[in-house]
Amino acid sequence: MNRFAGLLDRLAYEHGRNAKLRLLTAYFRATPDPERGYALAALTGALSFPHAKPGVIRALISERTDPVLFALSYDYVGDLSETVALMWPDPKRSAAESAESHDRPGTSPSLTEVVTRLATLGKSELPGQLARWLDALDETGRWALLKLVTGALRVGVSARLAKTAVAALGDKDPDEIEILWPSFSPPYADLFAYAEGRIEKPLITDPVPFRPPMLSHAIEDGDFAKLDPADFLAEWKWDGIRVQAVAGQRAGGEHVARLYSRTGEDISPAFPDLVEALGFDGALDGELLIRREQRVQSFAVLQQRLNRKTVSAKLLAEFPAHLRVYDLLVEAGEDLREQPLSVRRGRLEALVARLASPHIDLSPSIGFADWETLAAARANPAAAGAGIDADAVEGVMIKRLNALYLPGRPKGLWWKWKRDPFVVDAVLMYAQRGHGKRSSYYSDYTFGLWTKGEAGDELVPVGKAYFGFTDAELGEIDRFVRRNTTGRFGPVREVVHEDERGLVFEVAFEGLQRSTRHRSGIAMRFPRISRLRFDKPPREADRLELLRRMLDAAEGTPSSGASAGAPAIARTGRRKGA
Amino acid sequence: MRPEELLAPSPVGLYCPAAGFHIDPLSAVDKALITHAHSDHARAGHGHVLATRETLDIMRLRLGDDFAGATQPVAYGETARLGDVTVSFHPAGHVLGSAQILIEGRGQRIVAAGDFKDQADPTCAPFVPVACDVFISEATFALPVFRHGDPAAEIQKLLRSAALFPERAHLVGAYALGKAQRLIALLRAAGYDRPIYLHGALESMTGYYAQRFNLGALRPAREAGKAELAGAIALCPPAALKDLWARRFPDPVTCFASGWMRVRARARQRGVELPLVISDHCDWDGLTRVIPATGAAEIWVTHGAEEALVHWCGTQGLRARPLHLVGYGEEEDGPVPDTGDSVQAKNGSA
Repeated sequence: MNRFAGLLDRLAYEHGRNAKLRLLTAYFRATPDPERGYALAALTGALSFPHAKPGVIRALISERTDPVLFALSYDYVGDLSETVALMWPDPKRSAAESAESHDRPGTSPSLTEVVTRLATLGKSELPGQLARWLDALDETGRWALLKLVTGALRVGVSARLAKTAVAALGDKDPDEIEILWPSFSPPYADLFAYAEGRIEKPLITDPVPFRPPMLSHAIEDGDFAKLDPADFLAEWKWDGIRVQAVAGQRAGGEHVARLYSRTGEDISPAFPDLVEALGFDGALDGELLIRREQRVQSFAVLQQRLNRKTVSAKLLAEFPAHLRVYDLLVEAGEDLREQPLSVRRGRLEALVARLASPHIDLSPSIGFADWETLAAARANPAAAGAGIDADAVEGVMIKRLNALYLPGRPKGLWWKWKRDPFVVDAVLMYAQRGHGKRSSYYSDYTFGLWTKGEAGDELVPVGKAYFGFTDAELGEIDRFVRRNTTGRFGPVREVVHEDERGLVFEVAFEGLQRSTRHRSGIAMRFPRISRLRFDKPPREADRLELLRRMLDAAEGTPSSGASAGAPAIARTGRRKGA
Repeated sequence: MRPEELLAPSPVGLYCPAAGFHIDPLSAVDKALITHAHSDHARAGHGHVLATRETLDIMRLRLGDDFAGATQPVAYGETARLGDVTVSFHPAGHVLGSAQILIEGRGQRIVAAGDFKDQADPTCAPFVPVACDVFISEATFALPVFRHGDPAAEIQKLLRSAALFPERAHLVGAYALGKAQRLIALLRAAGYDRPIYLHGALESMTGYYAQRFNLGALRPAREAGKAELAGAIALCPPAALKDLWARRFPDPVTCFASGWMRVRARARQRGVELPLVISDHCDWDGLTRVIPATGAAEIWVTHGAEEALVHWCGTQGLRARPLHLVGYGEEEDGPVPDTGDSVQAKNGSA
């Protein structure tokens, strides 16, 4: 437990992905089975302990500490698990002080002991067992134990990152680990043995396995001259979630279907409505979207169905899931990945027609004879065939017709050509220092837009960005921040933002969604600084109303009516370069 | 008589009317007794200063030769007579030269402990409990969540990180007096024998300590190139962690050695990536161990979480009250003194 606690402790403070990976790999390398396997299970969310509620922990600490001291401490620390971990009385000391106590602290438990014991422990035995473990652990160990049992590790490690660290033990491909993942279960001894090259690759017996997807490159202006339009298929790039829908039969003849994310995570439980519609035998590659009344909704709408713990009937009715497919990897046991796209496309069209499912349709191709025509389609999808679904188009895909389906990101076969991002001119309001290499630079920026306040126009924060600028620009902004600081709040500096004094950023972003976490009620997707506007006074920056109208238009909800007569640009926002 | 007649809080600090002296006064007074040389306790401009030899040396080093009208060194355990009051200095275990001051007079024994810790520290004399009627305790870490643990284990955390990231520099924020030198001594005790790099603001104090303790190879960071600093451990005042100065280091891991690092939110707020819980103050367990050991029936509590410690004393049947002295406990977390270290960074080249 101590080593696992040390790992969690370090991960909680580390920001860099590569540094986290190094910490994880070093831990897996130095820790024996089954201990490291249970750590992997904890990090990938494969463990849950339903009886360990905060109330149990609160009761334990209130039996052991003075209520006034607990209240003062909790108030200072602000986190229950951490407060309890820090102020849990040292049993050696308590025993020395009170003669009647004969309890001796046990040895510190291993993670394996904690996980295996909790799996069989009854609800009534839990508090006593937790207390014995807390007695035997140090501060970091107690913190880790409490985070583990309450299921809130929050150390910034995704399941994918943990699997990537396992792959790094033996220079394996993370995608390969991902594919094999469903064949293993905690504590993953065979997985580690395979990653370390001690055993052969296990046979996949799963009838509906995930297959690593083929990915594209961003196309650049210079690329077009080298490419002959006749060699390519173009289709819309949908602003949804890339998924793989796999269906087939178990040995016993039972039909089984699964929906995977792009990284191979099984997301079937979140989309029962769609999984039910997967009545075929094969593997489809496509986009998960929300479709209401025959119209594909924007990402802002899809967002509202994602990351929900439970899928209610209401959610299913309001946000019906839809699969728009563009590739066929396997059909009836035949691996089509070795066939060119032109062949796969034909088979895909036939399959979709046979299925005739209202939840699954084909992503149409875009007719074009030259790149100019495709450029026009990209600039105005509604007029080029996307029709009422145009709001969910984020660009076009360009795919070589004779390309095989190759996992990873092969060169020269698939390209994405995204629409230009939306842009607004926003005013820098607060700056915070970055981490690692940027720890001495003010590199994280909160920016705002104008809106009507109680005392006239005021700036309201609408987002944060910490990339998009060059190193030289970072230096310029850093100097500006240091010279124009008007207030300090811990690590945050308030930067001058008045009508005539302040720094305007052109902020590029991919879309908008509603947010209760921001005062403006709006959150941007993928915001970044696209240009420094030292030439522009803050009073000429954009207004919050622009974003509100864009969001209303994206959601298809009429706004308060104010925008009905507004020009198109005011309704749909401004794109870079437009 | 009441102990307040022997020693009482005044706007500039604790005052003894019978002998006319202040303890750690905040502004210039005629006669001052100084517990230790941290800047919130030891100020310039007093007429007479009584302190340990080391505290006087360090004050001279930091404040200049003319920091006081006259000075009188008092060794640990030695007594000095001031009017009809006797004072003596006893090790406080906080930093080199730090002392608890015992004031005896009119049948009362009061100990003004200044800042103290009862944890082992290779760079200063160990704390000794002094029997008294009134004990004046600091309360910097007087909440039960502050448990400082074993500093050697924290040093191991730093060394393991340095081994895992050999291409990055580990930049450790540490107070210039006491903490920085204790860290160096702890690193040496752990077997770390590579040169340790110092911010300019730490050089003279560390030089003073190095006359008494073997601190190994020390180098000014400002003279080192980026390549040399890869994999190195460097110490600087906490404020320099976010200063332009930090830019000379290759992808630095930001570390901070302080009792505050026990609380995650405090570490995150400062952008610390590797918190090291090493403190020169008593933790909660230390405070609640030391107070009964003095045998005092009355406890006066100053700077920090006074409320919690006063409450605890109440539960132990001790009379306790907060002193509400202001101006202490800021430690030395102010702006970094200009030592010329930042010149290179200011020009944007580092």
